Amino acid sequence: MAARVELLWWEGCPSSAKAHELVRRLMAEAGLDPQSLRSVEIDTDADAQREEFIGSPTIRVDGRDIQPPEESEPPGLTCRVYHLRDGRVSPLPDPDDVKEALAG
Amino acid sequence: MIAIGDKAPSFTLPDTAGSDVAFPDGAATVVVFTCNHCPYALAWHDRLLAVARDYGERGVRTVLVNPNDAERFPRDSFDVMVERVEREGPWPAPYLHDESQEVARAYDAKTTPDVFVVDGDGILRYRGAPDADHMDEVQNAAWLRSALDAVLDGRDVSEPETTPVGCSVKWKA
Repeated sequence: MAARVELLWWEGCPSSAKAHELVRRLMAEAGLDPQSLRSVEIDTDADAQREEFIGSPTIRVDGRDIQPPEESEPPGLTCRVYHLRDGRVSPLPDPDDVKEALAG
Repeated sequence: MIAIGDKAPSFTLPDTAGSDVAFPDGAATVVVFTCNHCPYALAWHDRLLAVARDYGERGVRTVLVNPNDAERFPRDSFDVMVERVEREGPWPAPYLHDESQEVARAYDAKTTPDVFVVDGDGILRYRGAPDADHMDEVQNAAWLRSALDAVLDGRDVSEPETTPVGCSVKWKA
């Protein structure tokens, strides 16, 4: 059964379009249908709480966050901090981390 | 709303050592609205500190101002600001707490980061992003440096306004 891929995003963070492009491209490379990506807009604090959304973009594969956050990370409408494999801070995850998550 | 050519609002805010810092002050001044939790602010942070170091020698003062609502975003609390400066510092620019958000509103700050350059007469001469790409360190805050060079040389800033890029300022409800 194909992996269920979700991208949770908030309009106030400018990385959303690039995040969708990145995930869809890597899904295609992994042999998954990019059109099956479930894109979920989070636009209220209540949504963020309910979805345990700690920032945009949040990417989940079969319900598992590709970079599981620390438990102390509070839900909220903000941009998410990722660390690339070269150590740089980025608004987007390292593509290799997404690939690994998609590969299961 | 403040515009290029307007008198920039003056302000006094506490830094992480508990001292009040008054602004603007100096041959030119740089006001950076920033924070602890935004990836754009963090990505540009070292480049902005380099500007503070490089231009401090030429009489330019830089201040970093955190305006975010710390109740909703605890990582932007004053205590966390203090811890961060102690952990990463010393920084060449004070990190100020805009708890009331009055300074951010006076400057109409949109994002973290959002950068403003004020000349020695207190006139706003540049507003926007530090450079064209938060992920490209080679950019070296080129737009901000170009604006400062023009102000210090008495020239017009060639591109006085760019679009600020980053996380929205977290306003109180």
